[in-house]
Order: sequence, then structure tokens, then C-alpha cells
Amino acid sequence: MKKILVSSIVFFAYLVMSVTNSANAQLNIVITEGVDNATPIAVVPFGWEGEGVLPGTISDVINHDLRRSGRFNPMTMAKMPQFPRDISAVNYQQWVDKGINTIVVGKVKDLGNERYQIDFQLIDTLAGSQLADATPVLQNGQLVAGQSQLIAGRTLTVTGQNFRQFAHRISDIVYEKLTGQKGAFLTRIAYVVVRDTKTVERPYQLVIADYDGENELALLSSKEPLMSPSWSPDGNKLAYVSFESGKPQIFIQDIYTMSRIKLTDFPGINGAPRFSPDGKQIAMVLSKDGNPDIYVMEIATRKLTRITRHRAIDTEPAWAPNGKELIFSSERGGKPQIYRVNLGNKRIKRLTFEGDMNLGGTITPDGSELVIVNRTNGNYHIARQNLADGALQVLTTTFLDESPSIAPNGSMIIYSTLHEGTQVLSLVSLDGRFKARLPGVAGQIKAPSWSPFLR
Amino acid sequence: MKTTTSLRSLLIAVPVMTLMACSSGPSEAELAAERNRVAAEQAAAQQAAQQANQEQVRMEAAQRLQQAQEMAQQERDSLVSMQTIYFDFDRSTIKSDFYSVLDQHASFLVKNSAQTVVIEGHTDSRGTPEYNIALGERRAQAVETYLLNAGVSASQISVVSFGEEKPAVAGTSEYAFAQSRRAVVVYK
Repeated sequence: MKKILVSSIVFFAYLVMSVTNSANAQLNIVITEGVDNATPIAVVPFGWEGEGVLPGTISDVINHDLRRSGRFNPMTMAKMPQFPRDISAVNYQQWVDKGINTIVVGKVKDLGNERYQIDFQLIDTLAGSQLADATPVLQNGQLVAGQSQLIAGRTLTVTGQNFRQFAHRISDIVYEKLTGQKGAFLTRIAYVVVRDTKTVERPYQLVIADYDGENELALLSSKEPLMSPSWSPDGNKLAYVSFESGKPQIFIQDIYTMSRIKLTDFPGINGAPRFSPDGKQIAMVLSKDGNPDIYVMEIATRKLTRITRHRAIDTEPAWAPNGKELIFSSERGGKPQIYRVNLGNKRIKRLTFEGDMNLGGTITPDGSELVIVNRTNGNYHIARQNLADGALQVLTTTFLDESPSIAPNGSMIIYSTLHEGTQVLSLVSLDGRFKARLPGVAGQIKAPSWSPFLR
Repeated sequence: MKTTTSLRSLLIAVPVMTLMACSSGPSEAELAAERNRVAAEQAAAQQAAQQANQEQVRMEAAQRLQQAQEMAQQERDSLVSMQTIYFDFDRSTIKSDFYSVLDQHASFLVKNSAQTVVIEGHTDSRGTPEYNIALGERRAQAVETYLLNAGVSASQISVVSFGEEKPAVAGTSEYAFAQSRRAVVVYK
């Protein structure tokens, strides 16, 4: 017990150092395509009722979230006709005249002791301008969405540290109300940073950050490569491959306690771990029996089940959302293609046929689409294939794309690509219309993995 | 008693002869001492020569051992300088250009059975990281198989694939790709 305590203290100290070290490695965002066809919206700067200055920039976070979703084009502050703090002060026609049919307004009140009350409202200005009597009604001290112009409104109390989180929550509500799809702004990404291997002692780093690159936290720094981070379905743990002992081993690490377990240490490849949807099993690639095959391990008992048995390379397992099937890449047909295996009867079906090869498949959360790395004429791009009709659509035009990971709401794919000789993360919407780049400040950034929804 | 007479005369003669010797040259004792001295000298010289000889033999043996070690070291060094086997894109077959290099590694490893090696497999950055781990392993195994067929013991060889994680040359030029598609025989 004492030993555990000591090691956690050491780990914590190490963590603090890592955070300080990586403070300048945050990801930025450069939108490269897709603003034109996004819906105009305005997020009015939130009002402040308290001493001094507002201790956070809620509206900035919401603006970035909405812009980054690819679905919205938020108006800049300079172009706004007015700065209402709540629905009663909104001049609907002024906004409609500017082409803005939806606005977000709100205010923050200082309750003392680092506690704040945040009110916000999502307002349909077009509906408001069309209604003669568009005054909101107060019932029992609450604004009631009895009017069609008030799409959503909330009041919540938060502490100072949670401003960004609350802003993401507002973005989630706005996004869901306006698109019908759950927002994925309260999520994280895990990735691997590789700094200069000649000058940095521990160049390989496993990092997690909020989906927008904020609150970056290094979980591990190593002299040897780190690969394939993959989230547990509860968002509390990461499985990954570490070469720190000179050979690949699979670890599971708790991102809050930092404690970790070594799950596998087989001869040969120990790779590509992926948690099952129920979090109880991990699919992986092992070559202990001669060549790479797909296995499933029950985490609690370490019981191992061999899923594929073929002398060709089988790798990159990914779970179907129902947990009853895996897809994987296999060279059994010559060049690598995506196959699906039923875990019950072990029957295998080939899914992809287009292009030179298809690799690195994942299935969208609704189970309808396959997201893959497609190689056609020697070019590696992220593509999607409809699982029902097999139609393939290449989504990206970037160079050497790999490691696609899908947001838990299925709206966006994060992947690794090469930009001007440096490996960077990029985003592409599932329809291929929105594209953005997330350049890091230091080193090569690879192996992104999008977390499940977090609470 | 004739015998008694001649014995007696001899008895008289001997001291006379002794006296004569005494006056005309070294005495018998002196001769003996001299003989001893010479013998001792000879023995010492002989011993010295023998020692010198043994020393020489020892030194030569040490030198020979050192030479052998140096040669093994040189051989190892020269092998280390040619430890990298390059592969074609998406291939894991060993090109014939590398047969002689691998034969040299094999003969050294057969002669030095305590020597172990790790064969690292690497790929260029094209393709996915997981696929490249598999491809890198296949390259390392191709080298392992070659060495095993050449008589190296399996216990001397281990294999690890780093896939595309440790490129030899950064960048995306054909040169960088070609330099990175490799297996490396690492002497431990």
C-alpha cells in the first residue's frame, strides 16, 4: 500500500513536470475547407455581473467549437448589430437583416467563492422576427420556451475551473438542438508525440488533451516508441503499446490515477489493442504463433481466444458497435483488404474491393459505415464505405493519411497525415466537406484516438 | 705376495704424484670447484634461456590470443558496419546483393556461439502503423531464416519489429523511404 502511494506521488510529480514541459505543444487548428457551406450563427459575448473581469471566455470556446464542427460559421464580434445578454434584449430583425437566424446569448454572475451562475439561451431570430408578440414569458421565475423563438435555455452553477467544460456543454446543447445529432465537444483525444530522437532523451510521449487541444497532459514519456492508444468505453483508461523494454508490450493505464498494468508480453508482435464496446475484452494482434493473427483477451482473467488463423498478415482489429463482430485488415487475398469476422461462428467475409489496398478500418458508431485508409494509385487517403451498398467515397486529399479515429457522434474523423514534411493531426467531416489541420508546436504527432462521450 | 707389494708401491706413488700436481698446476679441488662453477653457470644460463623461452612462448601465446580477439573484434566491427539489409517497397524478400553480408554474419555467429543478435525490422512511413509492424516483422524474420539456414543457432537470434516508428532518415523522399526499409542485425 505504501509502495503504491510512493509510486503514485512520484508519478504525480513526474506528471506535473510533463505538463509544464508540454505546455507549448498544444494543437492549433487551421480550417482548410468547408466554411462556405456552414450555417451562420452568432454567439454574443456573455455578459458579466461581478467585480473585475470575466474569469473565462465562454463565448470564445463556443465559437471555436461550433466553427470546428464544420456545421456552423459563427459571426465575428465586429459584425454583430447588438450585444444582448438575454432574450428580452434581442432585436430579432437586426439579426435577420445580417443573415443570422440563430443566436446564443448569456450572462455570468459572480456568486463568490469561485462560484458562478451561468445563464444562456439559444434563440431563433427568424421565428422571433416573424412573431408579433415575441416576448418571453416568465413562469415561476423561469423563462419558458413557450415561444417558438426560444430553442433552449439553461441556468447552471459552476466553479471557476469548469468554465471551459461548461462552454463545451453549451456547445453540445446548441449543436444537438440545431443538427439533431449529439455534440462531441466534451470529449478528449489521445495521441503520440515524437520529438527529435537525436536531441531529446525521451522523445516519445503519450498525450491526452481535450478534443480542441486544450488541457494537454502527458501520460508517459519514453526512450522507445509508443503506439496505438485506444480508449476504454468509459473514457477512464487507455490501452497502448510501449517498446520501453525494447520489445512491444500492451499496457492499460488509468488516466486519472495513472496506475497501469502490463496486459501482454508475448514473443513477437503485441499490437493494436482495442477495447470491446462493453470494456471487458481487448482485441489485439499477436504473432506468438508464427505470424500476426487477431486475438481477443478477457481483461479480468487474461483468457485469450484466437480469432483468425492464417499465414497471411492479419492486423488492425476494430469492434462493430454491437460487440459481436470484428473487422480487420488481412493480406489473405494478396494485398491488404478489410474483412469482417463473426465472433460467434468465426465466419469471415471480405468487405472492401476498391483500390490497390484498404487498411486501418473502423466502423461508425451507428454501424452503417466503414472508415478506412484507401490506397489508390499509390496515394493513401481516408475513405468511407457504406456497409449496406458498398459505395466508396474518398474523403481526403492530404498526403500519407493513416490512423483514422471517429468522434463518438460519428460526425468527424481525426487522422494522422503528412503536412510539409511533418506528421500532423487533421480533421475531416464524415461527408468530406469540412477539413481542418491541427498542427502541433513540437514534433511529429500521430496515432490519434477519439474518446467516447465524457461526463 | 706380489699383489701386496705393487699395492704398496702405488700407495707411495700417489702422494708423490699429488705433490707434483701441486706444484705444476691447479689442484684437484680447484678443478672440481672450477667444474662446479662452470656447470652452475651453464645451468643458470640454461635456466635463463629456458625462462626466456617460456616467456617468449607465453608472450607469443598471449599475442596470438590478443590477435585472435582483435581479429574477432575487427570482424565484429566490420560486421557491425554492414549490419543493415535494405528491402524493396512492400517486400520482405532478401535481395541477392546481401547474401555475402549475411553469410559473413552467419559464419561469425557460428564461430562465436556466445554472441547473440537482435534483428530489428523497419519500414518506410507509407501504409498504416499496424500493417507496417507486421511488415517489419516479416523482414526481420526473413533475415532470421537466412541466418538459421546458414547454421546459426536459434538461441543466438531474437527478432523485434519497429514498423515505421524509427525511420533511418526522416522525410518523404524516395531516398528516405529506401533508407528506412531495412532490417538491422544488432550485436548485443
